[in-house]
Amino acid sequence: MSNDARIEGYARALFEIARAEGTIDEVEDELFRFSRNLESSDSLRSALTDEKIPAARRQAIVEDLLGGKATTTTVQLVSMVVGAGRGRDLPAIINKLVQRASTSKGLEVAEVRSAVPLTDDQQSRLAAALANATGKQVNLKVVVDPSVLGGIVATVGDTVIDGSVRTRLDHLKARL
Amino acid sequence: MSVARIAAGIILDAEFGVDDKGVVSHHWLLPEPAEIIYGGAAAVIIFGLLYWKAMPAAKKALAARTERIQKELDASAAAESSAKAEAAQIRQAKGDIEGERARLLAEADADAAQVLAEGRARLEDEVAELEARAESEIAQLASRSGSELRSHISVLSSEATEALVARELDAATQDALIENFIAKVGAA
Repeated sequence: MSNDARIEGYARALFEIARAEGTIDEVEDELFRFSRNLESSDSLRSALTDEKIPAARRQAIVEDLLGGKATTTTVQLVSMVVGAGRGRDLPAIINKLVQRASTSKGLEVAEVRSAVPLTDDQQSRLAAALANATGKQVNLKVVVDPSVLGGIVATVGDTVIDGSVRTRLDHLKARL
Repeated sequence: MSVARIAAGIILDAEFGVDDKGVVSHHWLLPEPAEIIYGGAAAVIIFGLLYWKAMPAAKKALAARTERIQKELDASAAAESSAKAEAAQIRQAKGDIEGERARLLAEADADAAQVLAEGRARLEDEVAELEARAESEIAQLASRSGSELRSHISVLSSEATEALVARELDAATQDALIENFIAKVGAA
């Protein structure tokens, strides 16, 4: 089995479990945020993907991190993937899961990166604005990313709308 | 016979036609006719014999001597001619040697001059190339230094700008940026 097929299989399994539990929206959101944290933290990524660390120890780390902060389903699903030695593929599996969940609701995933958290009102207005701009209903996924510095970077499918201070500074740096 | 007796005989014969034995001739100078006849005949015979026998031998000896002398003269002339030719050859050879020596010296001078000219030209080329390379390296170094300096200034400026912007980005500014983004996207 190829790695892509394996990732697709894990994503489908996680999606079906969460949907069966009736917590797909929460699980999807929690998994998405966990995935972004995993991508931005080298130490967490190496801890969960190091095969020298016993699987039980890796699973314990997951439970310590997410216990009390996420639903039980989310914790169990992440723990299952990490225990199976697929921690390295976890971000890709979660991306597939989010896409699958969004597609099942007729939505397009819109990943929004902001230096500060967005209020619910801002999120709903931003979702409406992105839907207006792209012509698609969007499933908004907000990632707090301090490297953005200010403003927002929104990615909907292949479309990137960049209004970040970081990008403006990069342009200024390039001009310098 | 004593000298006095001989002298007396000569005087008597001269004065009186009497020899030392007392015989008187018919003339103090001229011989007797018979003596002339026999003497003349004998002389003719002797001269005839000489002409007949001795003359050819003498002529032959003279001819041989003449021929030998002529040969010696010819040989001398040939030797002289040969010596002159040899002398001419020697002079010519000497002249050739002088010419060859002059030619070799001229060739050596020409070669030396050419080598010198080529060496000078090559040296000038190398010096020019070294100068050009040095100038190029200096220019590159100056350009690189300038570029590195600009890059360093750019990095410092960027870092300073970023730090300044980050410090200025308070909550109100962040909120304004987000609202601005939503408004622009919504208006698109």
